Amino acid sequence: MNSIEVKNLTKKFGNFTSVDNVSFEVYRGEIFGFLGANGAGKSTTIKMLCGILEPTSGDATVGGFSIKTQSEQVKRNIGYMSQKFSLYNDLTIEENINFFGGVYGLEGENLSNRKKWVLKIANLEGKEKLLTGSLPTGIKQRLALGTAVIHSPNIVFLDEPTGGVDPIERRNFWDLINTLSSEGTTVFVTTHYLDEAEFCNRILLINAGKIIAGGSPKELKENYIKTIILEIECGKTIDALTILEDSNFFGSATIFGNYIHVKLKENDTEENAKDFIVKTLSESKINTSRIDKISPTLEDVFITLLEKKD
Amino acid sequence: MQEIIKISNLKKIYEGGVIGIDDISFSIYKNEMFGFVGPDGAGKTTTIRLLCGLINPTDGNADIMGYDLRKDKMKIKDNIGYLSQKFSLYTDLSVDENIEFFADIHGVKDYKERRNELLQFTRLTDFRKFYAGKLSGGMKQKLALACTLIHKPKIIFLDEPTTGVDPVSRRDFWKILSDLIKEEITIIISTPYLDEAERFNRLALFNNAKILKLDTPAKIRESLHKTVIEIVCNNIRSADKALKENTNYEIQTFGDRLNIVADSFEKDFPVIENILSKNGIEIQDKRIIPASLENVFIHLLKTKKTELQQL
Repeated sequence: MNSIEVKNLTKKFGNFTSVDNVSFEVYRGEIFGFLGANGAGKSTTIKMLCGILEPTSGDATVGGFSIKTQSEQVKRNIGYMSQKFSLYNDLTIEENINFFGGVYGLEGENLSNRKKWVLKIANLEGKEKLLTGSLPTGIKQRLALGTAVIHSPNIVFLDEPTGGVDPIERRNFWDLINTLSSEGTTVFVTTHYLDEAEFCNRILLINAGKIIAGGSPKELKENYIKTIILEIECGKTIDALTILEDSNFFGSATIFGNYIHVKLKENDTEENAKDFIVKTLSESKINTSRIDKISPTLEDVFITLLEKKD
Repeated sequence: MQEIIKISNLKKIYEGGVIGIDDISFSIYKNEMFGFVGPDGAGKTTTIRLLCGLINPTDGNADIMGYDLRKDKMKIKDNIGYLSQKFSLYTDLSVDENIEFFADIHGVKDYKERRNELLQFTRLTDFRKFYAGKLSGGMKQKLALACTLIHKPKIIFLDEPTTGVDPVSRRDFWKILSDLIKEEITIIISTPYLDEAERFNRLALFNNAKILKLDTPAKIRESLHKTVIEIVCNNIRSADKALKENTNYEIQTFGDRLNIVADSFEKDFPVIENILSKNGIEIQDKRIIPASLENVFIHLLKTKKTELQQL
């Protein structure tokens, strides 16, 4: 059985359709990325899947329970964490865990076992007595995720969970997510940082309430990017940019650090473009030292898909 | 290259002893796009505020366009623009009126032509009569940038302009900055995102109130002297586990692949292959990829930690 099954889910607010007839599945134990710009319908979808917002039409099952008719069971079987951690700053780490355990009805031996587990997986052993408010963002983040799964939910929703932490902390956080997922917990993540989406097993892109693409990070890059992006290293970068822009030969041209990135028009070949660049720049006495095709990022995929929509 | 900012032993200790930035020295060149990159609390914002003259240094000094940061603050302020992380626009004023307001503050009399230019440049001309409060997040940010540019500053400081901004607006913002660099302006930007760091001419990696590394993105990547091996295999998570249990490689696990930081492909790939095959994992694809700035940053932080432990 799939962890989440969404069928024709729609949510309207007055005349505005926030989520428009959306259907998809999330497999058990996978890390599933749900991506979209602000206002694309991500939060509305999450709220419906968590059983706190009723759909206008369609339905979904979360952990086997219908969000329409069994929203209470849905709530008890999921965990939720957002970037605005709901931790109490004036409580210690241990007190926060106790508090959230209490909210989910854990007590006695059960609570103390789960507490030990949270401290272990979040790598917080020995830090129990520290005041939460004084902790670095990275540790708060792991604690927030730990408390969100204290009641052993089958599915956990992470709504824009990271931001502003150093890369080592970010890796620790994703290690924790990987641990949860390998223990069978389904992880549903929203983010608009596309480099982070690379950590997901499968991704769905949503825009204006509709699903516009889906697949593994690799599949998305292979299936949706048909235009070639070239990186050019040359002299007088800024002058060269103006020349290349004015040539109208490219879809777009932009400065990228010490280089220029040009996006070829559809159906244009790499060889053809390379010849054009070297020739055009040399006419202005600018020397081209390197032109390389670059692999697209998920951000390129996302932007390409949205440009097509416009 | 002409130095436009020269920082000498700049230090800021806040009340209560918190070290904002600890004795940094470096120069920024004219017309450069220079990045301050690092996590929250690393000292990026403190450095920007010091250079804008908003807070006073505890020690050290800086020369900005020939002016002394400690003595000629007012002259410096006339020549710079500053976009703070929590920029403030007047939500009940229109786009036009917001820019006019900033022109007034800076004593710019003839602002109308410049305003038209800026609106066109930020693609906000069609929205000039809209209340700022009605704009999307990305548009508000572009308006704030336009306001920062009204007095034609020579240097602009942008404090985390892309944090919390969606990818489309983020890309749009970078395109605008790429156009702006043609105006011979010097741009200093802070960001916590290492994937953005490739967009700078040079960057400083901040950590713990100090600078870990300062150079062009390419030179910083080369400084790692390591190879990154990318592996696609049938069970990513077991592979990650097996490698972590048996080796000390720095490993990054993505949704559909692993990146392993190794000394060389020839030496390390057979080791990796051996461990994986012992665990019944089949390698489907392998290749050498360039090190990312994130690889370097993590390597530097880890080396630093080990050094500290050995002391």
